[in-house]
Amino acid sequence: MKAILKYFFLAVGATIFAYPFLWMIAASLKPEAEIGGLGLWSSSFSLSSYGTVLTKIPIGRAFLNSVIVSLSTTTSVVFFGSLVGYALARLNFKGKQALFVLILFTMMIPFQITLIPQYIMIVKLHLTDTYPSLIVPTMMSAFSIILFREFFKGLPQAFIDAARIDGCNELKILFRVVWPLSRPTVITVAILTFMTSWNEVLWPLIVVRERSLMTMPQLVTIFTIGGEAESLLGLQLAAATLLALPVIIAYAFFQRYFVESLTSTGLKG
Amino acid sequence: MKRIAHTNIRKKRADRTGYWFVLPYVLFFLMFVAYPLGFSFILIFHRWNIVTPMEWIGLKNFARLVVDPLFFKAITNTFTFLLIHIPLQIVVALGFALALNSNIRFRSFFRAIYFLPVVVSGVVVTILWQQLYAYDAGFLNRLLTAVGLSKVPWIISPEMAMPSIAIMATWKNVGIYIVLFLVGLQNIPRELYESASLDGATTTRKFFHITLPMLNPTIVVVLVLSTIGGFSLFIEPYVLTGGGPMQSTLSAMLYIYNQAFYFNHMGYAAALGFVFAFVILIVVLLQRKSVETEPTL
Repeated sequence: MKAILKYFFLAVGATIFAYPFLWMIAASLKPEAEIGGLGLWSSSFSLSSYGTVLTKIPIGRAFLNSVIVSLSTTTSVVFFGSLVGYALARLNFKGKQALFVLILFTMMIPFQITLIPQYIMIVKLHLTDTYPSLIVPTMMSAFSIILFREFFKGLPQAFIDAARIDGCNELKILFRVVWPLSRPTVITVAILTFMTSWNEVLWPLIVVRERSLMTMPQLVTIFTIGGEAESLLGLQLAAATLLALPVIIAYAFFQRYFVESLTSTGLKG
Repeated sequence: MKRIAHTNIRKKRADRTGYWFVLPYVLFFLMFVAYPLGFSFILIFHRWNIVTPMEWIGLKNFARLVVDPLFFKAITNTFTFLLIHIPLQIVVALGFALALNSNIRFRSFFRAIYFLPVVVSGVVVTILWQQLYAYDAGFLNRLLTAVGLSKVPWIISPEMAMPSIAIMATWKNVGIYIVLFLVGLQNIPRELYESASLDGATTTRKFFHITLPMLNPTIVVVLVLSTIGGFSLFIEPYVLTGGGPMQSTLSAMLYIYNQAFYFNHMGYAAALGFVFAFVILIVVLLQRKSVETEPTL
C-alpha cells in the first residue's frame, strides 16, 4: 500500500514536470483555435506555425550563431581551465597560493557589479555586435579552473614522473597523459559551460542589437515580446520548441552527465 | 654541489612553465574582473550616459537611491519572491528526494524527468508558463474551471504576479535540489537510523532528529543559491510581465537593466548593482548565521 502511494506521488510529480513540455510541443503543431485545449491530440496537426516562424525571423542563422558562440566558449573554458588548473595542482611557482585564493575570490563577486563596466568596455573597444563580444568575456571561468585543480591534485604522481623522464614537456604531459585520465572532469566542465552559454540571454540582449548576430534564446525573446509574433500563441510556442529541442535531444543522450555537471555547482557552492 | 645546481635549474624551468600556464588567466582576470571591478568603483560617483563626458557627482547616486521608491520596490519584490520560492523549493525537493531514496524502480527515469526543466532555457520555460498562466484561455485556469473552481489572476494581479513567478522558478530549478538532497540523504549513515529504531524512535522523530539535522549543509546550499538566484531574476519578469502589473514584478536585475539600457544612467545603474550586491552579502550572511549548524567558511 505504502509503495503504491509512493509510486503514485512520483508519477504525479513526473506529470507535473513533463506534461507542460509535451503540451507545448503538441500546441505548437495545433491550429491556433485549438491551442487552449488541455489534451495533446488534435486531428489537424500541421507544421504551419514552424513555417511562419522560419519565414519571419532568421532562426536558422540564430541557431548557427548560438552553436558558434557556445562551442568557442566551451573549447576555450576547457582548454584554459585545464591549463591553469594543471599549473595550480602540479607545478611550482611563486605566488601560486595567492593566485588560487584570488580565483576563489573572483567566484564570489556578484555579476550585478561587473555587468555595467563590462558592457562599457565592450562599447569602448567597438566590439558591440560582434562574435567576440559574446565569447571573450566568458572565455575562462574560475569555477572550471577549480574543478580541474581538484581533480588533477588527486592523480598519481607516478604517471607524471614517468612522462617527465621520457622527456615530455609540461604541455605534452597535460594533453597526452593527464587529459585522457580526466575524461569525467572534462565532460563535466564542457557540458556545464555549453549549457550555460547556450541558455545565456541577458548578455546577448545587452551587447547585440543586429538581428543577424543574435543568439537563439535572444532572438526568440525579442520575437515573443517585440510584437512580431502578433500575439499568436502557436508561433511563440513553435519558436520556444525550436529553442528547447537541441538541449532536450542532447539531454536525452547524456542525461547522467547533465545531472552530474549541474549539481556540481551546488555541491561546491 | 653539482646536484643542487641541477635541481635549481629544474626548479626554475618548472617555475617558468607555471608562469606561462597561468599567464592567460592573469590577463583575463585583469581585463574582465579587476578592471570592471575598479571601474565600477569610479562609475558609482559619476553621472554618465557613455556618449558625453563623465560628470563627477560625489555621493548623489546614493542620495538618489535612498529616496528612490522603485529601488525599494525591487528589494521588497525580491523578498516576496524569496519568501515563497525558498520554502516551496525545500519542501518540494525534500519530498521527492525522500520518495526517491528507497528501493524504487525507474528511479533514474523519475530523476531525469524532474531534472528536465533545469536544462531547458529560461526563455522557453517563461514562454510556456505565459500560456499556462494566461487568464482567459490559459491551461491552469481551464483546469480550475473544469473542476468547478474560479479563475486565478496569475500574472495580471499585482498581488499574485510575483508569487506566480516564484512558483514557476521553483518548477524550473527544483530538479537540482532534488538531486542534492538525494546525495545528502545517501550520505547519512544507516547506523544512526538503526540505533534510533532500537531506542524506539518513531519515523517522525527520526526525520526531525536525524534526517533534517544531517541535511543542514544541503539546506544552506539551497538558501544561498536561491537567494543569489532571486537577486539575479531577469528573463522571467522581462518576458512574462515586463516588471508589471504596477511594478509588482520589477526585480533587482530588471531595474538595473532598465536604468542602464533604457535610460542610459550608467552611474546610477552601477550604484544599484553595488548596493544590491551588498544586500545579497548581508542576507546570505544572516541566513548562514541563523541556519548553519557547522560553519564551513
